[in-house]
Amino acid sequence: MAGGSSRLAKAGQTRFEAREATRDSALVKGIVLTLSLVFFAVFLLLPLVVVFAEALRKGWDTYLAALVEPDALSAIKLTLTAALIAVPLNVVFGVSAAWAIAKFEFRGKALLVTLIDLPFSVSPVIAGLCYVLVFGAQGWFGSWLAANDIKIIFAVPGIVLATVFVTFPFVARELIPLMEAQGTEEEEAATVLGASGWQTFWRVTIPNIKWGLMYGIILTNARAMGEFGAVSVVSGHIRGFTNTMPLHVEILYNEYQFAAAFAVASLLALLALVTLALKTFVEWQAERAHKEIEA
Amino acid sequence: MSIRVENITKTFGGFTALHGLSLDFPHGQLTALLGPSGCGKTTLLRIIAGLEQADAGTILLEGEDATDKHVRERQVGFVFQHYALFRHMSVFENVAFGLRVKPRSKRLGEAEIRKKVMALLDMVQLARLADRFPAQLSGGQRQRVALARALAVEPQVLLLDEPFGALDAKVRKELRRWLRQLHDELHITSIFVTHDQEEALELADRIVVMNEGKIEQIGTPQEVYDHPATPFVYSFLGTSNILRGDMADGKFRPGGNAGSLAYIRPHELMVTRQGGPDAIAATVRRVFEFGALSRIELAGENQSYEVEMPQAERASLALQAGDAVFLQPRRLQVFAADGPDYVI
Repeated sequence: MAGGSSRLAKAGQTRFEAREATRDSALVKGIVLTLSLVFFAVFLLLPLVVVFAEALRKGWDTYLAALVEPDALSAIKLTLTAALIAVPLNVVFGVSAAWAIAKFEFRGKALLVTLIDLPFSVSPVIAGLCYVLVFGAQGWFGSWLAANDIKIIFAVPGIVLATVFVTFPFVARELIPLMEAQGTEEEEAATVLGASGWQTFWRVTIPNIKWGLMYGIILTNARAMGEFGAVSVVSGHIRGFTNTMPLHVEILYNEYQFAAAFAVASLLALLALVTLALKTFVEWQAERAHKEIEA
Repeated sequence: MSIRVENITKTFGGFTALHGLSLDFPHGQLTALLGPSGCGKTTLLRIIAGLEQADAGTILLEGEDATDKHVRERQVGFVFQHYALFRHMSVFENVAFGLRVKPRSKRLGEAEIRKKVMALLDMVQLARLADRFPAQLSGGQRQRVALARALAVEPQVLLLDEPFGALDAKVRKELRRWLRQLHDELHITSIFVTHDQEEALELADRIVVMNEGKIEQIGTPQEVYDHPATPFVYSFLGTSNILRGDMADGKFRPGGNAGSLAYIRPHELMVTRQGGPDAIAATVRRVFEFGALSRIELAGENQSYEVEMPQAERASLALQAGDAVFLQPRRLQVFAADGPDYVI
């Protein structure tokens, strides 16, 4: 988290503004401000407003009906299930990867750091395709999976796998710089005082990274619920079975059920707003913790 | 508990931090590991603690081989240079940590833990700050919390890694005095690492001077300061003037082939107005008159000298910048120029 640097930047800004010599002309300031505000309004705020406006265009009853319809409910359920599985898995992977990278020296560390970023650099559609190639009916393990009656592609496990893949970097990326900055001295101190590895982890490491971890979890969750590309490839779009919320929105929209499509979309938008609020709260908390450390 | 290390060797990549060191730390003594940064003193301390593994060699704690013993079981207290306090715990919880993580069968009750922690905080004079967090304390207070935390588990050995390194000069001096008092009360075998000669000389019972992974000299502060065993110790501890010259008939003569080096402390160099045999001609460059001792900087033929003398002596000589004078060593120590051989 950029808590420390953002505060420094703020102090710099105030000084920069206060000085006649470094202050920019009102015209420049006005242009820059207008540009960014217009962009923000047209490209970010307007679509958000449209989502809610379209969703409620035909009134509350239609809105609610679109949400409680069985296929919609099943999509919501599947999205929540995928997130519920993906988030804890990512927490475990992310914390262990960050721990390994920040606290140990080993061969192939640079490779691991690069690999963690892979899901960010690869298009989610390609990620989905890879899973199809590996686990699909014509894939490497396809015949074995079929023989053992295990369904991954076009089933819930595939959706979970794709979600885990695209969300993998969030927790690790958030924790690596934090853990690197904190070093290993506190862990060493705990060990010398007689704490076991487990005790050290729960009593020293976790409390120190808790806000970074929360932040990572929020981002992971947002992405897990909103993921479209990778999930779309492995899902098969079976209504009521393998449709997540974003996929359901697309189907409804393609069937010209605009009100219903926007109703489900508004749920996702709401989730985004809640995520933003949570994220701001966590950043604020983390900054407070950071201040305490520096004070 | 006595500590003995035998033939400890440690390398990091291609760099050898310790070259087969052997050392004894007698029970109840306060020993300083003194040396410039990178001399391996911290590595040695961490190996004794068990935080680092030696490549070869043995560590004996109370005569028992502890080389493969886990840090947790070595019963050492370790104080880190940057305190390493648990930032999310109060001062009280920091000190209580070692007591709380004990296995249930050995753990004290909550009331006993409270009593013990408060007693320790009293000892380090921080009882009133028990509820504060480390971030709310000054550097000196943090280091005292770290010490109380290390002592809470009743270690047999106390290891301190540059304990005052991150503090300003005044606090450092106070803490130094306080730590010495504490040691005199507890008599726990202690080793501290420092690069500050004054700290080592003032605080330790015994000083181990290290350089480039080897031991240069072991002795009491007086021994190492007054009788440095090697040129390195001479130049590392205190200031010294170095004369190039030759040994002839058991006497040192400046100049010549310069096969020998004579080390002279600033207070052992006499300033005279008249030259004698073997006197060195020099010009006074600056005179510092503050304090009980005057410090005089002089320029010789192609080197500079530093002399210390009482104010009265300087006054009687009426020394001023620009004066041409002669220097005569009262006492000097000679080493062969091409090696660490001790000549006189």
